[in-house]
Amino acid sequence: MTATAAIVVAMLAELFPNGISHYAIGGLFVGLGVAVIYLGTGIPAGASTFLESTLSYGSSLSRFQQYRPSRDWRVVFTVGIVAGAAVYALAFQDGIWTTDVQWWRLFVGGILIGIGTRVGKGCTSGHGVCGVGSVSSASFVGVATFLLIAIGTAQLVQAVGVVP
Amino acid sequence: MSADHEQHPLFLPLVFVGGLIFGFGLGFSHMAQPEVVLSFLQFQDLGLLFVMFGAAIVTGITFFGVKLVRNDAPLTGATYGRRLKTLDKNVVIGGGIFGVGWGLSGICPGAAYASLGIGNYPILTGIVGMFLGAYIQGFWRSTRADSSTPATTAD
Repeated sequence: MTATAAIVVAMLAELFPNGISHYAIGGLFVGLGVAVIYLGTGIPAGASTFLESTLSYGSSLSRFQQYRPSRDWRVVFTVGIVAGAAVYALAFQDGIWTTDVQWWRLFVGGILIGIGTRVGKGCTSGHGVCGVGSVSSASFVGVATFLLIAIGTAQLVQAVGVVP
Repeated sequence: MSADHEQHPLFLPLVFVGGLIFGFGLGFSHMAQPEVVLSFLQFQDLGLLFVMFGAAIVTGITFFGVKLVRNDAPLTGATYGRRLKTLDKNVVIGGGIFGVGWGLSGICPGAAYASLGIGNYPILTGIVGMFLGAYIQGFWRSTRADSSTPATTAD
């Protein structure tokens, strides 16, 4: 019995080397942010529509202009996200934090994310948090697709030795 | 989602507060750090499961629970209800393209905005890339919709 418990503890320690509390607490805050906006406005807010709605300020393409009615609050939502993370950093982080992931990975990845989230109707927040929370079959399919492909891609990138 | 909603004086402040909480959570969960996301995708630390499902459980309870209490949102008058996206091949194609980008970079839109907030200025490269990608697909789809093809591209 104790041996089984020890194995389980060892497995968990290996799967979650940094514990789970900050992940779970952070996730609750992410959900709470979406919940607050939904309770007040009835809008399930996702993060990636901001990319297209903001382009409507500078482009007359119909694809972007359709988001004109929501573009202002989406800017406010995004500014709030940046500010909220800054509050976290001021309270818990030692100075600024910068990534070591190479710039070309961020840039090329960013382009694919911009295309994919908009063609695929949502990202990790729109499909992953709002859609899964709504028990939407489109979002379950979306999440399963991008999660599996992302895992495969990240493993492949690591296997061919691209670090960081 | 019409512009009328923004006429309520508390509409934008509430959206800002929601964004604050959302961004704080992304910072606190370390999801604003691409390295942490990559370590999840490479199976070195599965903690990120708790971020996404923790958040989805909170929104799920909220989405379904609020309808037991009232019918419409106080600031917009919008009826609470599921606005489900239609499942078509775009969900899979787009999800696949997004997955390659997410796996390559370790960033996604919300986490990238939050990453800026923790001081990660190199993330601007990724955010510029996202706008470029959004523009590319928008340009392509707008011009396709304007040509003879039936306007079924809108979702």
